[in-house]
Amino acid sequence: MLSILTFLPIVGAIVVLLAPSDSLKKWLAFGATVATFVVSLLLLPGWQEIPDMQFVERYAWMPDLNIYYHLGVDGISLWLVLLTTLLMPIAVAFSNQHIKQNLGGYLALMLLMETAVLGVFLALDLVLFYVFWEFSLIPMAFLIGKWGSQNRIYAAVKFFLYTLAGSALMLVAILALYFNAGTFDLLELQRAGLPPGLQQLAFLAFALAFAIKVPLFPFHTWLPDAHVEAPTAGSVILAGVLLKLGTYGFLRFALPLFPVAVANYATLISILAVVGILYGALVALAQRDLKSLVAYSSVAHMGFVVLGIFALNEQAVSGAVLQMVNHGLSTGALFLMVGMLYERRHTRLMKDYGGLWASVPIFSFFFLVVAMSSAGLPGLNGFIGEFAILLGTFKSSPILAVLGTAGVILAAWYLLHAFRQVVQGALTNPANLKENLPDLNWKEIGQLVPLVLLFFAIGLAPNFFLDKINPSVAALEVVQTPAVGHELLVDSSDQSKQDSDINPLTTIY
Amino acid sequence: MDTALLFDNAIVLLPEIALAVGVMVLMMVDIGRRGQDDSALLASLSVAILLLGIGASVLIWGRPPVEYLDGAVSDGFALSVRLVILIAGVLGVFLSRNRFPAIERQGGAFYSLYLLAIIGMMLMGTATNLIVLFIALEIFSLALYILSGFYRDSPRSIEAAMKYFLLGAFASTFFVYGSALLYGAGGSAHYARIHETLATGGGNPSLVFPGIALLLVGFGFKVSLVPFHMWTPDVYQGAPTPVTAFMSVGTKAAAFAGFFRLMMTALPSFHDQWATPLAILAVLTMTVGNLTALRQSSVKRMLAYSGIAHAGNILIALVAGTGAASSAAAFYLFAYAFMNIGAFAVIIAFEKHAGDDNDLEQSSLAGASERFPALAAAMAIFMLSLSGIPPLAGFFGKFLVFKAAVEAGWAWLVVIGVLNSAISAYYYLRVVVAMYFQQPEETGEEEVPLAATATRSSLFVVTVSAVAVVVIGLQPGLWADLLRGLGQ
Repeated sequence: MLSILTFLPIVGAIVVLLAPSDSLKKWLAFGATVATFVVSLLLLPGWQEIPDMQFVERYAWMPDLNIYYHLGVDGISLWLVLLTTLLMPIAVAFSNQHIKQNLGGYLALMLLMETAVLGVFLALDLVLFYVFWEFSLIPMAFLIGKWGSQNRIYAAVKFFLYTLAGSALMLVAILALYFNAGTFDLLELQRAGLPPGLQQLAFLAFALAFAIKVPLFPFHTWLPDAHVEAPTAGSVILAGVLLKLGTYGFLRFALPLFPVAVANYATLISILAVVGILYGALVALAQRDLKSLVAYSSVAHMGFVVLGIFALNEQAVSGAVLQMVNHGLSTGALFLMVGMLYERRHTRLMKDYGGLWASVPIFSFFFLVVAMSSAGLPGLNGFIGEFAILLGTFKSSPILAVLGTAGVILAAWYLLHAFRQVVQGALTNPANLKENLPDLNWKEIGQLVPLVLLFFAIGLAPNFFLDKINPSVAALEVVQTPAVGHELLVDSSDQSKQDSDINPLTTIY
Repeated sequence: MDTALLFDNAIVLLPEIALAVGVMVLMMVDIGRRGQDDSALLASLSVAILLLGIGASVLIWGRPPVEYLDGAVSDGFALSVRLVILIAGVLGVFLSRNRFPAIERQGGAFYSLYLLAIIGMMLMGTATNLIVLFIALEIFSLALYILSGFYRDSPRSIEAAMKYFLLGAFASTFFVYGSALLYGAGGSAHYARIHETLATGGGNPSLVFPGIALLLVGFGFKVSLVPFHMWTPDVYQGAPTPVTAFMSVGTKAAAFAGFFRLMMTALPSFHDQWATPLAILAVLTMTVGNLTALRQSSVKRMLAYSGIAHAGNILIALVAGTGAASSAAAFYLFAYAFMNIGAFAVIIAFEKHAGDDNDLEQSSLAGASERFPALAAAMAIFMLSLSGIPPLAGFFGKFLVFKAAVEAGWAWLVVIGVLNSAISAYYYLRVVVAMYFQQPEETGEEEVPLAATATRSSLFVVTVSAVAVVVIGLQPGLWADLLRGLGQ
């Protein structure tokens, strides 16, 4: 099942390349991503709310060397897999409308990208993980370098080399782990435990790779370049999915494998995360280009996720997992909307807009909802994640939580500022008049509606999502499970649901 | 000498014998058809002979290792290296069939020298005796000196041959002197007996280090380790491209095979002492190779420096000095054969298209992906594989070597190795950037279709290599199982 999920997109990529006409390529690529999404939805009916890996597949890949093709999914990766498979058809649909040059290659790369990312989320063998991890660079670098805007070559090369150099040392660390424990299997390594000295070094190597990917301040400099130059769908996937590879890596590899080192470095990384939150938000405030504003907001939002992970308690970590999904949905939607504006007006400067509510009301409505979701308005998805993270962080470090909260306020500030400049105010520029600026068409609405529905779904019924995340998070060794406080997350009316929520956790500990 | 002894275990050298007989047949055929254009026939004959050699290797594959006359052995390592060299040889012959006038004029000389070089290279991997090792080294070196100067009308080719010959002859004298010292130290030219004598406290251990140092100069020159690498870029650039393609892989495989076997079977008891100097050389070689490659504008020179850096990577396996490390090196060379020859095959196709037989600037690749999508895609695969991006063959070559080194306790060396890989990604990526992201210059001239200039044989090499690089990358276990290390 997981293999079908992972390799369906590659099959799609080959078919797309062989297809004779552009319109057929479009439908095939869209069909392949939708089919992958449907396959990924099949994970839900059989889902068990247990901490273990599910749908596990394990075959010998290089038996002499103990390397296995080992896939599995648990509560931490489930929603990220679904996020990936959901964003892909949307990104492909957007690209189908706007990409003119060399469409087949573009779509094939998108599909390769999907396989690489799903592989990272599902791999349970360190070598297999590393292979997918590195491979994910190639399609993205090509997408930026070939279909990006003016400065695309610089951005693509910087993206590629930065992340490649970051993960080089991770390979040495993987080999060192193998040397120590005789296996590349994540679960076996976890059981075996590692000596503290090795943990320190290996953690640093892994953390560097992940921190660059996230990107954690001060390793973020590749991100604004890559985002601003990437084509819209590339930005959606970059922000929506690729950045999660870094935070996912922390959760899946760093936390379980190096508990001692994590405890040592948690404070340092949390501080970097908060600096990232505030720095990203302040820089976002100063942007005049809408796309770079969204790019810097990603730095800030991903800071929240890292802060949640390194608060090291169940609430914050579960919140961080959910916030990864939230950020993927909200920022993905923001990039999509910026792209929609750009395709109409070919400018991303906010001063070129203003008063759009009068000319494009549907666009403006969606923009409002998306901006609010990104700013963390209660009732929408962003609030749940950020709230859980801050609450959890407060238990471990009140000061960081307070500073983080300031980041929420700044986020509201720059998003409302952008909203005011673009949508509200007087309609002064004639290019923005109703006659010159068409509103969203049904295709574009179709791309946004699934995302907006999920904003509300996560915002109003977070337990459906959290129940699947929690068992796996609670099973992490370094994560402390609080005796109280979990109910604070539960804002739905279903009291019995709430009890069943806590029980499995208390029985584990 | 007892004739029974002469034929006993001669099967060890069956591939070499097959090729030697083949060379003689080839020369006869050439003489018999003097004055006619027979290069196509000779090329086909060469391929047939090489396939016969591969067949002979397969025939003795899997048998327990035996030794022939204290001079050659048929273990898994020898067979793996032979396979690499023979494959490189076959691909090289196909590359030579690209309307190179100089080669077509003197097909007999070209192909017989070419096959002789292959015999020498294969012998290098099986030699268990200093004298056999030296003879093997000289057989292939002399043949390659002539082959690199095969464009008699091109000053660059003559320069390459001259440089290669003078420096190579100089390096050979070091090599002979080193062998003599080692013979003095161990009282025998036979590896196992040298080891025996020295390990039991006999012989003259004080001669071992001068011996190793001098031998190192000889080997270092052949595999182009820094600081013995100066000839490499000039020869790569000046020699006929098919020769460059073949020797970049063949020489490396042969010299490393000889080096591995000598160090690991004659001098394993001194491993602690020779490993550190070699580690330092590896660091130098990787770093200088990569940093210099960054500054090259000619694709062939870039590949020359990249070849130096790869030699540094393989040297890491020798530093580790374990059986697993030698099989990792065999795998590395196997992967390198396809990706490097494949890259040269693409270069030949581009050179032919540009009408210039002997150089290719990176800038002329701009926009190649739109003019020649398939060639550009193959080149991208080779470049990414050379830089070690998974899931391509090159990644697993590095992976296995690094793994063996970490297991042998050389983690710091591996750290430098992976950092170098990251540096190397920059110049390989530059080729990809030029082909895919840059726009071609508008010349206003009508574009000549590639099909008009590229031959089927070079496209065949590109296709085979690209498929091999991908397949080896996706199923590395299969090949890692096949390619064995010393004594296996």
